[in-house]
Amino acid sequence: MAEMDYWFSDMHTSNVKISIRISKQLYSGTSEFQRIDVFDSPEFGKFLTSDGNIIFSEKDEFTYDEMIVHVPMAVHPKVQRVLVLGGGDGGVARELSHYDEIKVIDVVEPDSMFFDVCKQYFPDNAVGLEDDRVHIYYQDGLKYLRKCEDMYDLIINDATEPLGHEAGLFTKEFYGSCYKALHDDGIMVYQHGSPFYDEDEESCRAMHRKAYRVFPVNRVYQAHIPTCPAGYWLFGFASKKYHPLKDFNPDRWDERGIKTWYYTTHLHKGAFMLPKYVEDLLQEEEDMSR
Amino acid sequence: MDLNRQRRAPVYEALERFRKQRVVPFDVPGHKRGRGNAELVSFLGDRCVGIDVNSMKPLDNLCHPVSVIKDAEELMADAFGAAHAFMMVNGTTSAVQAMVLSHVKMGEKIIMPRNVHKSAINALILCGAVPVYIDPKVDTNLGIPLGMEIADVEKAVKANPDAKAILINNPSYYGICSNLKAIVDLAHANGMKALVDEAHGTHLYFGPNLPLNAMAAGADMAAISMHKSGGSLTQSSILLCGPDANIGYISRIVNLTQTTSASYLLLGSLDISRRNLALNGASSFEKVTKMAQYAREEINDIGGYYAYGNELKNGGSIYDFDETKLVVNTRRIGLTGIEVYDLLRDEYDIQMEFGDLSNVMAYISIGDRLQDIERLAGALADIRRLYAKPEQTFFSAEYITPIVKATPQEAFYAEKESLPIDQTVGRISAESVMCYPPGIPILSPGEVITEEILDYIKTAMEKGCSMQGPESEDISELFVLK
Repeated sequence: MAEMDYWFSDMHTSNVKISIRISKQLYSGTSEFQRIDVFDSPEFGKFLTSDGNIIFSEKDEFTYDEMIVHVPMAVHPKVQRVLVLGGGDGGVARELSHYDEIKVIDVVEPDSMFFDVCKQYFPDNAVGLEDDRVHIYYQDGLKYLRKCEDMYDLIINDATEPLGHEAGLFTKEFYGSCYKALHDDGIMVYQHGSPFYDEDEESCRAMHRKAYRVFPVNRVYQAHIPTCPAGYWLFGFASKKYHPLKDFNPDRWDERGIKTWYYTTHLHKGAFMLPKYVEDLLQEEEDMSR
Repeated sequence: MDLNRQRRAPVYEALERFRKQRVVPFDVPGHKRGRGNAELVSFLGDRCVGIDVNSMKPLDNLCHPVSVIKDAEELMADAFGAAHAFMMVNGTTSAVQAMVLSHVKMGEKIIMPRNVHKSAINALILCGAVPVYIDPKVDTNLGIPLGMEIADVEKAVKANPDAKAILINNPSYYGICSNLKAIVDLAHANGMKALVDEAHGTHLYFGPNLPLNAMAAGADMAAISMHKSGGSLTQSSILLCGPDANIGYISRIVNLTQTTSASYLLLGSLDISRRNLALNGASSFEKVTKMAQYAREEINDIGGYYAYGNELKNGGSIYDFDETKLVVNTRRIGLTGIEVYDLLRDEYDIQMEFGDLSNVMAYISIGDRLQDIERLAGALADIRRLYAKPEQTFFSAEYITPIVKATPQEAFYAEKESLPIDQTVGRISAESVMCYPPGIPILSPGEVITEEILDYIKTAMEKGCSMQGPESEDISELFVLK
């Protein structure tokens, strides 16, 4: 039987799109915050979109879940309290659950529908949320943070879309609130967007500018994620004390024996080696902030 | 209000019919549905330039409405509980001026608050009427002007029984309301008209539990900025009339200064917005009120800031408060409202409505979302954490009753000269001097300059107040009448 000519397109810019052949649409619903759709596809497996943008797919979600969790965990010597903001699919919590020394994983996601949909269609991710250490708060991230002071070792901002309903998680007040919520040696990691296309470059610059002014240590690292614009994605590493390479302890991490598909301690070092054009635009923002 | 009729939008519907007819235009505007100006089309879009058309038979004419605009104005009046409504395309400024020009002529008196909007003063320049000012009380703690107290209005009415009208600014920019009903009744009992500058009050006609609106209070006319809380396009406005208004005369006054080429973008936006307000206004403004209330709680929770609400009411100068207004007093964190306003814009990408020396205002409307309120509260918390300073005290002084020697019109057209400020005592000012806070003029054109006034200016400046108005920026000189 021939494949149906049924495609989903994610507009990466107004002039570029990625199209994925769909075998079936599994879900469509609208919450107070967003429209969520779930599709099944021959190439990427199941994937979830928010307002028409791909949030994650079964095929490539391991990349950012691993990169946003293991990089800071291989640097900070003793993480006990973690805050995860947005993206409550459970993938991040799943990766965090490999670490025994973690005592608390607070997950803050404003949209309860997002949780419910992920739980139903992506049980492999959502299993991470069933860990006893996970506490879920259905709340706006900024609001939650306003009341936090000196509470966490690690904050993971899993929100991906600086223009959508999570826009508050890409602002200066957000970075300021995270700084306040972290312990003196705390680390914050966040989705840093994709610098390749012109229309994404400014938000990528703005993120670095804001974080750079708030945190003493500020580095950016990269990963290859096919469903992201240009297949290329950055993460931010902002920290009060630890440097992602100077304080990196590969042996300690390797001893844990955590099974991964993307992250290795070799790759950790390489991820911070950025292309010249990315280095340049980050440097420009740092120079302007001095 | 007849809800079934309110589902209609005659001007909008006529524009939609017109769009489908594909009429060949041999009339203005010259861009001809955009074909002659491709850049304009790419800037504004097809739909927008396609209805930027001139008055014509199927679309009626604002100067003398007989069909769809007439119908739309009747629906507008019905929605606002007025006897008649004029759709206005020259801003609420023109609506305020039409109210004033319709009721006072050369040499006649009109009672108004001292901090009246400049559109009203400009109307006096046009018609030559004489202002009688009432002291709006000031909250020296918050640094804002309040409403008129009924006793002060009574005094002015007694002292000026020949005055033709009382102009009331209600609610104020800060959401403060006077005892509107009592002032309207007082005006009528003394044979005066009650005119209300209700620029900040569109929502009072629709939202639940909001302060009394002008038409419900029995006012003769009200000027409404539909483009503020009503959601229509900037510059579109309405003028409401009570049952005793002389519509023919008011129409002639409006047409003295209003364009003869009214924009159908503005008229269409008024029509659609009126329909939306009539059908959904109650639930929308209930939501807005709740959002503002939530923001007040969250901001007051931060500490240092004071987002004020209903607790201000005092039965007089703050007879009522418009709870959709979100004004935050910043004194206790040692920053001026202007500093917080600038920080919010420059550092946090948040544009506020305005900042003065003690307050910063967020305009909350039907377009806002809760997550944006969280951003504002988060930013204010961060500003306090990073920039707070010790609290400062601000200057406050007693109200000085102005001595009006020349009408605003005489002062406007008179020969003038500039003098060093200390040589101006006894002369008639040609300029206005406005002091912030609280945003009340110390001098207006046509008023006598006294020692007391110069002392006030000097002390206020020493205390860090901002002075606006005079051409000489440091106020070392003042223009006076020759």
